[in-house]
Amino acid sequence: MQILAYGVAGWLILAGAFGMVRSRNLIHVTVCLSVCQSGTYVLLLAIGYQWDAPAPVFSPGSPIRLPVADPVVQSLTFTDIVVSATVTALLLALAIQIHKTHRTLDPDDLQSLKG
Amino acid sequence: MSRRTRTAVFGAGAAVLAVLFALAVAGLPPFGNGDHPYRDLAIAAALRQATPNVVSSLTFDLRGLDTLGEEMILLGSVVGAVALLRPRRDETVRNRSRTENNQSVALVAYVFLPLTLLIGFDLLVHGHLTPGGGFQGGVVLATGLHLLYLSGGYDALRRLRPLAWYEWVEGLTTAAFAAAGLIGVRNFLPHGTIQQLFSAGTVPILNILIGFAVGAGAVVLLAQFLTQAIALEDD
Repeated sequence: MQILAYGVAGWLILAGAFGMVRSRNLIHVTVCLSVCQSGTYVLLLAIGYQWDAPAPVFSPGSPIRLPVADPVVQSLTFTDIVVSATVTALLLALAIQIHKTHRTLDPDDLQSLKG
Repeated sequence: MSRRTRTAVFGAGAAVLAVLFALAVAGLPPFGNGDHPYRDLAIAAALRQATPNVVSSLTFDLRGLDTLGEEMILLGSVVGAVALLRPRRDETVRNRSRTENNQSVALVAYVFLPLTLLIGFDLLVHGHLTPGGGFQGGVVLATGLHLLYLSGGYDALRRLRPLAWYEWVEGLTTAAFAAAGLIGVRNFLPHGTIQQLFSAGTVPILNILIGFAVGAGAVVLLAQFLTQAIALEDD
């Protein structure tokens, strides 16, 4: 299980990076970056997991029962997700402008300096 | 650099990273064990502050400064997208009407619009009690508003969504959050009884502030992309 949880995290990061390196489209690069970042979520959540421990939320009506899963890494994952979403938005905006000025989204066609 | 060389360089780097990652993982404590010292401290702090959602307590109380930075990243991305996507000199914004909506989609969107807004506010207000909170609630609110686009088309969305208001809300709520950070607000309000709506001190207030900031930020961001896709025309 240790190998599966951390292996998935490492695999997502490497697969996302591989996708970025081989990509022929900047939108695809943005999605690959999201895949990379998903690897960091899995890594963080795997570190905080504990067998048979519920979520760290003691909602009204339920008794406070310990232990729970680690809320520290969950909070970090949460920040990670928000940052990932904002970075995606900014990269997509850049892709739109690149397509307008160069009429292409293929990173290999964007090697010459312009302007 | 050709694609072949680039892939080879990546392969070498990835192999080294994979080996280092495997070594690091091998040195970690076993998966799912009970040894989480920071968790125990965080839960003790959350219960002291009467915040049953420990993740909310961490995000808005213990890690409040991180959340301020996160909020600044969100603001920076909104400002960046607005600056990048403003119409160029050879483009004009034409708010033409296009009525090509699917009636069944419109019906579902009209039914779900009030429901989604209600769920969004519910997530905001109960962020310190149940799973959810400002960020999630804000995104749900922005999504609910954009059901207007599915039901009434771009015209309805544009008329019922005064964009300038959302820009002001985004700016003012972020400023309020930053001011709270600068003057060093601690959780100074009475903590109340745990699991009650009015409890947890400043956590629900910061939750609602962040919710409006995120909701307004998402609306402003999506408005830029919608303008690009629908309303821009080359001269």
